[in-house]
Amino acid sequence: MVARVRVPDTVKRGEPFDVRIAIQHVMETGYRFDNAGRTIAKNVIHTLVARYDGIEVYRAELGSGIAANPYLQFWITAPASGMLELSWVDDAGVAGRERVPVTVRD
Amino acid sequence: MLAAVMAAVLASAGCTAGDADGARAIAPQARPQPLQQGSAFMPPSLRAMQADELENPGMLWVARGSKLWQQAEGTDVRSCASCHGAVQSMRGAATRYPQVDRASGRLLNLEARIMQCRVERQKAPPLAWESEPLLALGAYVAFQSQGLPMRPSVEGAARPFFERGRERYHLRVGQMNLSCSQCHDASWGRQLGPETISQGHGTGYPVYRLEWQGAGSLQRRLRSCLSGVRAEMFPYGAEEHLELELYLAWRAEGLALEAPGVRR
Amino acid sequence: MAADTPMKERRRQVLALAGGSAVLSLLPPGAVQAQMPTAPPPLGSGYALLVPKATQGAPVRAGRVTVDAPALADNGHSVPVRIVVQSAMRPDDHVRSITLLSDRNPRPVIVKAWLGLRAGRAELSTRVRLNGTQRLLALAEMSDGSWWSGQADVVVTESACLDGS
Repeated sequence: MVARVRVPDTVKRGEPFDVRIAIQHVMETGYRFDNAGRTIAKNVIHTLVARYDGIEVYRAELGSGIAANPYLQFWITAPASGMLELSWVDDAGVAGRERVPVTVRD
Repeated sequence: MLAAVMAAVLASAGCTAGDADGARAIAPQARPQPLQQGSAFMPPSLRAMQADELENPGMLWVARGSKLWQQAEGTDVRSCASCHGAVQSMRGAATRYPQVDRASGRLLNLEARIMQCRVERQKAPPLAWESEPLLALGAYVAFQSQGLPMRPSVEGAARPFFERGRERYHLRVGQMNLSCSQCHDASWGRQLGPETISQGHGTGYPVYRLEWQGAGSLQRRLRSCLSGVRAEMFPYGAEEHLELELYLAWRAEGLALEAPGVRR
Repeated sequence: MAADTPMKERRRQVLALAGGSAVLSLLPPGAVQAQMPTAPPPLGSGYALLVPKATQGAPVRAGRVTVDAPALADNGHSVPVRIVVQSAMRPDDHVRSITLLSDRNPRPVIVKAWLGLRAGRAELSTRVRLNGTQRLLALAEMSDGSWWSGQADVVVTESACLDGS
């Protein structure tokens, strides 16, 4: 799954900073029909988890009410420089992951 | 409701010059003055969405395109990079499309060129019109020309295509009996429902359209315009579309390419 | 399912209106125009049943939560929404979760986020799909178990052309 993640170049120790992620995903609602009149099966990214050096710091449950090619911005803090990992999974079980280093300065 | 709005546009944007309600009369060869790209007609929220590289969903196609650029395909096991090197070599390329393919004499838009490369030079299975990989590669290549002015050629072999494209641009079609010119030359800046009519340049393509919930080509947008005036859409790849794209590119000459755009 | 009950309510309203219009057809023409039922259900009328389900019966107070959304959406397929909850985000006083609800969408919970102490700021931005003009409601659950809410009304229109491409 194509995704793009942005965090600030450097963050201050313990100060909230924003994480922005855009994921290429159709977020199929399950309410649409194909040209033959068959329902297109629902398939949305339902869970997104942010872990910092392995510790869960944020979790979101998404649904078909989130626009296609979902975009999320949320805030976390970091006690020290480390690795932020975002992982997500859709109804079909397809998972995605992006890892981005975070540089902390005092 | 929409029919009533369209009828009003029709009445006010007629073929005669100097209508009382202020619609601009336009000579067939003239271009809108001042020339303004599509994003100028977007509300500030969508302009901001287009300008932000993370909020612009079109950039996801650019990102996918950057991966595909490196991917070896076909019996010759070549990637785009194998022949073209770094994608920066594509800078300026998109501003020169549509163009006539010297070998075949056919008019190609950017997508058609990519399709041709894939089959003839990469010896790989063809990409379908409007397929995701084709949109991704198109977005990636067009993105390299972001900010550069359109510079298509309409001389020589391109001339007959250009003439036919210009003719088609001014041709009334569909149940609503409207030409491109009536909206995009005579009525740009005016409201059609909640939309402000643009000058119809197509410099923001491939585009992310909220209505499509995805990215699409200029050809798709032309088809949807035809559908909008209740005219029959030509199939993908039809010369009618490509000629029109060439005319639009000429008409937009000098305007900066702004792909990937964000539109409603 | 709680979603059934709002539909029952709406059917009652529609039936009441239909009954009313049968009576109205006996009135002189001028009277009909003035009283023709055209209003949709009031904004946010579905939340009376959705909110208790979301909070599992806990009471909710309006406040501390701001929902930033455009008054007029460019397109219902993608509407930017930002939810901000006033909170110091301290160990003894922080936001546990943020829930965005819609009483007009087919699925009422648009997004739910769980914030930990590492969340830093109780703020979430995303883009949502809106099934027509509606009132969005955001709920915040605090570390002391209290619930707070904020809302925003969004008008959603279709784009000008029906797209057959």
